[in-house]
Amino acid sequence: MLSLMLFLPLAGGILLLFFRNPRAIRGIALGASLLSLYVAVVLLGRFNPRGGMQLVESATWIPSVGISYTVGLDGLSLPLVLLTQVLSAVSIVYSWRVELRLKEYMFLLLLLQTAMLGVFVALDFFLFYIFWEVTLVPMYFLIGIWGGPRKEYAAIKFFLFTLVGSLAMLVGILLLYFHAQPRTFHVLSLIQQQPLARDLRLATIAFWGFFLSFAIKVPMWPFHTWLPDAHVEAPTAGSVILAGILLKLGTYGFVRFSLPLFPQVFQQYAHLIAILALLGIIYGALVSMAQMDLKKLVAYSSVNHMGYVMLGVAAAAAAYGQPAKAAAATTALNGAVFEMVAHGVITGSLFMIVGVIYDYRAHTRGVNEFGGLGALLPVYTGITTIAMLASLGLPGLMGFVAEFLIFLGSFGVFPALAATGLVGIVITAAMFLWTIQRIFLGPPNPRWKGLLDLDTRELVALVPLVAAMVIFGLYPRPLLEIIDTAMAAVVAALR
Amino acid sequence: MPPVGDLWTLAPELWLAALGLILLGVDLLVGQGSKRAVGWVAVGGLLLALLPTGGLAASLQGGARRIFFDTYAVDGFAIFFKVLALLATALVILASTDYFRAAAQRPEDASRFEGEFYALLVFTSLGLVLMAASADLILLALSIELVSLTSYVLAGYLKGNPRSNEAGLKYFLFGAAASALMFYGFSILYGLTGTTSLYVIAQKVAQVPRPALMVSLALMLAGFGFKISMVPFHQWTPDVYEGAPTPVAAFLSVGSKAAGFAVLLRVVAVAIAPSGLDVVTLVAVLSAVSMFLGNLLALPQRNIKRMLAYSSISHAGFILIGVAAFGGPFGNSGLLVYLFTYMFFTLGAFFVAALIGARLGSDEIPDYAGLSQRGPGLAFLMALFMLSLTGIPPTAGFFAKFYIFAAAIERSPALLWLVAAGVINSVISLYYYVGVIRAMYLLPPADPTPIRGPSALRAALWITGAATLLLGLYPQPLIVFARTASLLLP
Repeated sequence: MLSLMLFLPLAGGILLLFFRNPRAIRGIALGASLLSLYVAVVLLGRFNPRGGMQLVESATWIPSVGISYTVGLDGLSLPLVLLTQVLSAVSIVYSWRVELRLKEYMFLLLLLQTAMLGVFVALDFFLFYIFWEVTLVPMYFLIGIWGGPRKEYAAIKFFLFTLVGSLAMLVGILLLYFHAQPRTFHVLSLIQQQPLARDLRLATIAFWGFFLSFAIKVPMWPFHTWLPDAHVEAPTAGSVILAGILLKLGTYGFVRFSLPLFPQVFQQYAHLIAILALLGIIYGALVSMAQMDLKKLVAYSSVNHMGYVMLGVAAAAAAYGQPAKAAAATTALNGAVFEMVAHGVITGSLFMIVGVIYDYRAHTRGVNEFGGLGALLPVYTGITTIAMLASLGLPGLMGFVAEFLIFLGSFGVFPALAATGLVGIVITAAMFLWTIQRIFLGPPNPRWKGLLDLDTRELVALVPLVAAMVIFGLYPRPLLEIIDTAMAAVVAALR
Repeated sequence: MPPVGDLWTLAPELWLAALGLILLGVDLLVGQGSKRAVGWVAVGGLLLALLPTGGLAASLQGGARRIFFDTYAVDGFAIFFKVLALLATALVILASTDYFRAAAQRPEDASRFEGEFYALLVFTSLGLVLMAASADLILLALSIELVSLTSYVLAGYLKGNPRSNEAGLKYFLFGAAASALMFYGFSILYGLTGTTSLYVIAQKVAQVPRPALMVSLALMLAGFGFKISMVPFHQWTPDVYEGAPTPVAAFLSVGSKAAGFAVLLRVVAVAIAPSGLDVVTLVAVLSAVSMFLGNLLALPQRNIKRMLAYSSISHAGFILIGVAAFGGPFGNSGLLVYLFTYMFFTLGAFFVAALIGARLGSDEIPDYAGLSQRGPGLAFLMALFMLSLTGIPPTAGFFAKFYIFAAAIERSPALLWLVAAGVINSVISLYYYVGVIRAMYLLPPADPTPIRGPSALRAALWITGAATLLLGLYPQPLIVFARTASLLLP
């Protein structure tokens, strides 16, 4: 069942290669994506929120090296899988009007969907690594073919940066493999064995290998320089997926692998990593404020938000071995995972909002070139305002729940660092409010008189995401319950 | 007089020699316009040679043997390289049949000697098979010379093309010098130990004076390094690859390289390693230097064949990681796994270059612009080969790199620096391999007419492409094959 969900998009992608008619290609793409989403919802129905790793499917693959095909879901991967499914389907709907090399475009989107799902469900390091790397190829093409003016530079920069990290992680994986008894790539069995616990020198090398890979993906300051280029040049659907899901691959890796596999080393460097996260928070917010390009502004706000996630993860790492701080660590991790989902939904919609105005209407993204759009485009203004308020952490919306939990948890572990992070929230709030003011308020700019409000296709793409922001902002419990079981288990293993 | 029974174990070699002679005979009979028939006979004959090779593998259950007074090894290792040489030669001939037809349209590249070309390739493949199985310095020298002499002729095969002449001459001059050095090394080794058998040398090598042994090793490495294009014996590679007919360049970068590695491993791991010299560090340093130099020089290349030549140098560095890591379940088979997968995606890349070169009359990477629209299948395969050369999953190239890194890490934590060098080089190499993909997919075509490949070349391409993907997704049979092969290496 899980494997069916995983490979449905890829199967649809291969199927559509045999068609010429653009309507058929779009239909197959959306159909495959929605079918996979449907299977994910069925799996959600079968999922037991109190259970650990479940719905596991396993098969032998390359037995002479100890590689198996193993996939499974738990409270950490399930929300991210659902996020992936929703954002992928929404991206296909949004891309309905793409005409340039449509077949390749849809194929790549579907390949990307399978690869991202694979990263979240894989429980074998070899399998995980394959999916992890396969995400790079379609993204390279999406940026490189359908991107903006500097697309080639952005695409290769993205590819090179992430490949450095991936290969460093591969070395870490191999170190784990050769010190396990018996040698295995199975993630759960490696976590149970803690193969490098006795050799801290090698554990440190392996930890930094993983760190490099995940930190580049997140991206943490100072590894973030690929992000503004890639986001700005990518086509809208590419930016949505990049910000909404691909960045989560990094933070997912920290929670899934770094934390349980190298707790001692992670604790040793937790404060350093928290400081990097804080630098990301404050630097991201300040740079974002200075942007004149709306897409760049949203891109840098991602650096800021992913900093919050990393702050929560670092707090959990710092609490290793201290049972008194376990509750705080669980809270921080819950917040971090919740923020992953929240940021995916919020920033995904923000990139689409930018795309709506840039791709099909004004063809400019200059923040100062607008003004008074509120009177012209009431629906668009409403949706944008909700998304931006959610992003700055207004209570009642999704972002607030996440940030509140992160700061609550990390305050219990390192109060001074957590307090510094609050500065970031203030700057972000100022930045988004100022942006809303510049674009939607003030006297209407006569240049934009003829603009049309959102059409049905755009509403279909945006309304579900905005609804999720409000629903989970007011009633986060169902989502939090799923996450909490998994995070409590992670923290319990760390004690 | 050796026992007659030993002759049966030579069935693949005898058949190859006979096949070469048969081809010369067939060439006399077929008319000038239909020389491709000779190629088809050659492909069939090479595939037929897999049968006795398979029989040999099946009869080998008891373990390795050496025949003809200990000069010729019959072990899994030799059989592995027999299979590799036969497959590589068959694929190259398959691709060549169309290459010659296309080249005949350009007067300077037309060759009247197509039939002999296939016979020469078959004789080269016989030499490769002999190289990998030689357990004696004299037989080794003879088989290396057999490969070299035929290769010199093949590199300069396009008589009307000055670049091809240049390639032949350069290859000959460099090759002759390298061979001379290597033979000198052989003679020193013989002088030190009083024997030419590698296995007897292995028993005596611990007692010989170190400095003389080091000189001998260095001289021999010149010869082997030339064959595998290892730095600092690599200078011939770009010029020869660029000038030689593209299928020959493909053959040199796969066949000669593989056999060179087989010899290197047999001599270094069997004969020299027992001396206690720090061979591992030496090989590791050579590996790192080859990777860095090959990759950095590949970056500015615009000609696809020169780029592939430098990439071939850097891959020699990667495969040398496998030599350094020799020992242990991963280390023993790392080199074999890498060479086997490397054969498919390198041949594939050269075949695409051959096809494009024949169709467009250009080997410049910028001329690949818009290939994704002019020949979608071709562009897809080339992208697959480029990703495989970089080592991106799920291709065979990824699995090879994964396996060889694993071998180094398994061997000793002291080799971690070499793995780090390999990682850095993989990232560097991404840039120039993706340069080809960029041209094919990101740039608009200068001329939108579709490009279609001729059928035999297309078949060779799809075989290599399918192998690249399948060995990446399901390498289990290859690992089993390589591990049984390496177990029998005494």
